[in-house]
Amino acid sequence: MKKNERVLLDHGSGGKIAHRLTSDILLPLFDNSILSLLNDGAIFDIQGLRLAFSTDSYTVDPLFFPGGDIGDLAVNGTVNDIAMCGAVPSYLSMGLIIEEGFAMDKLEQILGSMKAAAEKAGVQVVTGDTKVVPKGAADKLFINTSGIGVIPDTVRVGSNLARPGDRVLVSGTIADHGITIMTQREGLAFDTPIQSDTAPLNHLVREMLAVSSQIHVLRDPTRGGVGTALNEIAEKSNVGIKVFEERIPVRGEVAGVCELLGFDPMYLANEGKLLAFVAADDADSVLAAMQANEFGRDACLIGEVVPDNPGRVVMETRIGGCRILDMLTGEQLPRIC
Amino acid sequence: MEVCGTHTVSIFRSGVRSVLPENIRLLSGPGCPVCVTAQREIDAFIEICRLPDVIVATFGDLMRVPGTVSTLQKERADGRDIRMVYSTMDALEIARKNPDKRVVFLGVGFETTAPTIAASILSARQEHLDNYLAYSAHKLVPPALTALLNTEQCEVDGFILPGHVSVIIGTLAYRPVFEQYRIPCAVTGFEPADILQGIFCLVEQIEDGSPRLANVYGRAVTADGNQKALALLDEVFEPVDAVWRGIGTIPLSGLKIRDAFEAHDAEKQLSFTVPPSEEPRGCACGDILTGARTPPECPLYRTVCSPTDPVGPCMVSSEGTCAAYYRYHAE
Repeated sequence: MKKNERVLLDHGSGGKIAHRLTSDILLPLFDNSILSLLNDGAIFDIQGLRLAFSTDSYTVDPLFFPGGDIGDLAVNGTVNDIAMCGAVPSYLSMGLIIEEGFAMDKLEQILGSMKAAAEKAGVQVVTGDTKVVPKGAADKLFINTSGIGVIPDTVRVGSNLARPGDRVLVSGTIADHGITIMTQREGLAFDTPIQSDTAPLNHLVREMLAVSSQIHVLRDPTRGGVGTALNEIAEKSNVGIKVFEERIPVRGEVAGVCELLGFDPMYLANEGKLLAFVAADDADSVLAAMQANEFGRDACLIGEVVPDNPGRVVMETRIGGCRILDMLTGEQLPRIC
Repeated sequence: MEVCGTHTVSIFRSGVRSVLPENIRLLSGPGCPVCVTAQREIDAFIEICRLPDVIVATFGDLMRVPGTVSTLQKERADGRDIRMVYSTMDALEIARKNPDKRVVFLGVGFETTAPTIAASILSARQEHLDNYLAYSAHKLVPPALTALLNTEQCEVDGFILPGHVSVIIGTLAYRPVFEQYRIPCAVTGFEPADILQGIFCLVEQIEDGSPRLANVYGRAVTADGNQKALALLDEVFEPVDAVWRGIGTIPLSGLKIRDAFEAHDAEKQLSFTVPPSEEPRGCACGDILTGARTPPECPLYRTVCSPTDPVGPCMVSSEGTCAAYYRYHAE
């Protein structure tokens, strides 16, 4: 790190700059064979049991947004990180950091959302911690959740397991959460019917794994969006990925706001969507299983794994051209004109 | 040459280059507002945000642009009050909510955004919102075309003229430069099909040897432009010589706030000194903005200059030519 360098918001964006923080500072200090895989959750054995363990902190602003609030986001996010390891999430921890003066009724409402989300996902919050900090020392409310679950013996998924020939499936429309949060923040009062897609995906994953033993990769494209997730998979699996622009589901309203602000929906966050890499033979049955679930109704096939261009993601555009889909660098900033 | 940064990005995103024959080469021009902003102006923005009791309101693109010693993003991490806004109306709202602070909107952009800054200044005057100030670093597109065509190394065979800017200024605004240089022109929209149509229109003109000032974006652009917006511009601003990064001073290519509105002119109302500005050494942004070189021809490109460690603004802004080349791996 350079002298006098400071942490910027870009370091938390999920893009290249954030990766650098992980690889330059965090990994050298804590390096071990489990962490260095840099999956959404850690996967390890304890006394013969394969477990997935994951943690995430939630600092969303605003706390309440169309489609959810920080409470269900905190439960669903960690549930999904565990589910993407192929595990069945069972137990969560909950850490609350509350700013002095925060309204008690809002806190109760958020905790109520957490309870409802936990019930829907079928997990229990079994341990927790509460800290209250002086006014100004935190912004209203931050939540950390960790989760743990068991990976069935027959399941082997990981970002490094994509193979040429795999089909790439997405469980529904992309960028809904990212655009919802963007349009709710102070300074951009857009009146749109767009809602966050926050949802627990563990039941969807269970139903997918029930119809196929050839699901190689599961990823929830949260921060950094589908584009960043695909790049990470291409890199870790050392394969090329080809996606078709016209097959990528984007709501019209979302596409409109993106166009206005110069954003690319491929890099905006999702909180209730997953990407699955499935052997070609099983793609149809997995897709059908996804479409039968309430959180996979709009699932579709968006691409495939190819042997050429290992480590790269190539998009075939609507007009039949092609371009490289790179990883996000830092937070996307709205353009001037 | 596509003059506008939004075209540059759309061309890359839609893969237009990959479907064109080899004898059509697209060059990117000086149409990314952040990229053409002079180093001194960026340095002035940094000085302004360091003044006491000042809130700076800005469009997002400017946050990462490197000044001589700092960026707005770094200044924000150092505790300066810098707010990203999506429109000047949000900046006015910040001024209303913070009567004890001076709120400075950093006006960077072309004819597209300038009317909204003019409107905010008029609103501020009407509301007696004395703490609302604007800094005008606005640039005008037609004078820049003239300057480009005057450069020796200019090898442009036709212009894909900007869509949004033309919505405001109308096609007639390009008439003088077209008459003087007789170069094929096509005012073009932003969808991939629009861009292909614009290129087709230029190819026809070049093959026929009959340059025209064509408009293939008729669904949005008229001959006269948006008269209301133009009247606003004229009421609040007056043309002034302006320094463009990489090009130098272009006569009457900028907009300054008229004296009648000096109560809202940040340059007049704030006292600050800008230390000597230095352009990043080795950076070819200037040549890239005029199409004389493409980003891969800059020695810094990808070696020391990347979006994570940008040297010049063309690598910073989402619509910057270098950033677009880098992001889409156009080698």
